[in-house]
Amino acid sequence: MTETIATTPGVFPLPDWAKTRLGRLKGHQKHDLIDGSEPPEVLETYEQARGEVIDDQRDAGMDRIVEGQLRWDDMLAHPLTINPAVETGGIVRYYDNNNFYRHPTVTEEPKPTGDIGADLDRAAQLAPSMPLQAVLPGPVTLADLSTDACVEDVVEFHHLLAGLLAGELERAPDVETLYLLEPSLVTAPPDEDLLAELAELYSTISAATDAETVVHTYFGALTEQTHVYVVDASVAGLGVDIVTEDRAQTVYNAGEYGLADVVALGVTDGQNTDVESATTVVERVGWFFEQLPTADPDRLYLSTNTEPFYLPVSKHQQKLAALAEAAARVPEEVV
Amino acid sequence: MARSVDNRAQFRPADHPHDHFILTTVVGSYPKPTWLNRIRDHQDDPAYGVDDAALAEAYDDAARLITEEHARCGLDTVVDGEMRREEMVEYFAERIGGYEFNGPVKVWGHNYFDKPSVTETVRYEEPWLVDEFRFTAEVADRPVKVPITGPYTLASWSFNEAYEDIASLTYDLADLVNAEVTALVDAGARYVQIDEPALATTPDDHAVVGGALERIVDGIPADVRVGLHVCYGDYSRIYPEINEYPIDEFDIELCNDGYTQLEVFDDGAFAPDLALGVVDVHDTTVESVDQIVENITHGLQIVDPDRLTVSPDCGLKLLPRPVAREKMQNMVTAARIVEARLDSGEL
Repeated sequence: MTETIATTPGVFPLPDWAKTRLGRLKGHQKHDLIDGSEPPEVLETYEQARGEVIDDQRDAGMDRIVEGQLRWDDMLAHPLTINPAVETGGIVRYYDNNNFYRHPTVTEEPKPTGDIGADLDRAAQLAPSMPLQAVLPGPVTLADLSTDACVEDVVEFHHLLAGLLAGELERAPDVETLYLLEPSLVTAPPDEDLLAELAELYSTISAATDAETVVHTYFGALTEQTHVYVVDASVAGLGVDIVTEDRAQTVYNAGEYGLADVVALGVTDGQNTDVESATTVVERVGWFFEQLPTADPDRLYLSTNTEPFYLPVSKHQQKLAALAEAAARVPEEVV
Repeated sequence: MARSVDNRAQFRPADHPHDHFILTTVVGSYPKPTWLNRIRDHQDDPAYGVDDAALAEAYDDAARLITEEHARCGLDTVVDGEMRREEMVEYFAERIGGYEFNGPVKVWGHNYFDKPSVTETVRYEEPWLVDEFRFTAEVADRPVKVPITGPYTLASWSFNEAYEDIASLTYDLADLVNAEVTALVDAGARYVQIDEPALATTPDDHAVVGGALERIVDGIPADVRVGLHVCYGDYSRIYPEINEYPIDEFDIELCNDGYTQLEVFDDGAFAPDLALGVVDVHDTTVESVDQIVENITHGLQIVDPDRLTVSPDCGLKLLPRPVAREKMQNMVTAARIVEARLDSGEL
């Protein structure tokens, strides 16, 4: 098997001490959440926590290091909820989870803030010799998590958001890999008009960085139609979820319509404390590829299927270790 | 099928002033007194000397206070405000064999809960709420309602490491809930409410909840009133299926969006009694009595007055305590006004 890279989709759980300290410093209500203008003691706490999660990844032996997205109080809606062109409304449910975020309404054209780049700059300083990975929501997901009160046109709104994401990347340091998280491709499959725009949307974003761009999908399998359009969008990498119960659909899609040159597998469960052993991870990778007519990706990324913030810290750390060990074994053990 | 509903009269006060009787109740949770939160915050700090006995005394005092506050508001059935519970899943998971805790996880912002993991077959090891019920019943001068987190929510809001699927875990937990309800009934409880907020997020699992309820009510006498509370969600995805649930009462949150979903239930076939949310728990504005009267009359579109219960939309615990109290007072006043108008034929 090809070069195999242990990574994560970012958006980590905060270390427990930071949960307590930030709760005390920031408060627990809606208006206390991150708006991009935190006071020094809050920023220092995040800096310390960021250093800790980077150390965790290095100690586990991860091949890509994320900054952890610890400031993303609103999870994948963060790039909008900190933007001045956006009004944050009530607390709404985050997908089908017992999690909530502030619903953003885009009221005027959002300009890049540099917020994402600043956090990556800090990570680059903390981990100067390690291969960094940026994490962003994809445009379909960001649109799905928000409301358009700006252009009031579905396709144009997606292009507006893709432009915003590209602008944020232009203000970021060089990274090895970009993970664009697109759970909404699964949970709210776009109609054909929007699917036809995917190639241009992803091209806008990937053109803003030299990093290898992986569009990572999760919370289940893509529909056949969505899968076809994402493959045709010619992104460098496509990530799929092989943990959820409908994984046979993912295998079918991959066998029938192929994948991208670079493949990412969500192979451990980001929403369950049951820690998969490295052997289990290697077996799952083997199970996936043995069902495909051809299986020779340029590169293979392994991660949890979802963001790991759903997990307690200790279980998240154990899953990192299993992924790193499995990634080291896959080239030898999976034919 | 909904269960027998002739268990309602036992909650009618002997001195009830009207012929009609609209049962007034609360969903369960209530804001904790500030001093109780302070004591809890300092329970592990040796400088404050809050030992187990002091904490137990504080819980008793708070439970007594809130039970009596409910009575002063004039509610027909009271709860202790769930003073001894911090979180609706944690409290039960701490008492059920087969669960373990691995640390806090995020709910939103900097609000976390110790989401437990089910690591082996769940077991009933000790009563969960019997002591709480006995204490409240002794304090109260009127019937006590016991809210219990339902098995589907206990399953859904845990990490499942041990069971093949959510249904099998839910059914095992339902058997434990049945054991607990049986123990509560033996202790004298006559009104229990199963809370299933998780059904609002995954309504396609309504059959799992139905199967769990069948297990919960197995062997429970008909004179014990069994309610089900499901928080705000798309009710059209669980109705009319809930008509098949073996419950006496279905408690729903409709006030917070202005009763726009009332029509979901307006098919003339609503089977259980209706427990209608008539004050909004997410808004600190106290509704006027007139406004609540209007809210209550929405319920009469769905059921006759003798099948109507009124409550706040959901637990009141996130409101400032004076606001929660005023909402309850106004709710009771409004219910009595509606009863008088029904008696006089005005309604």
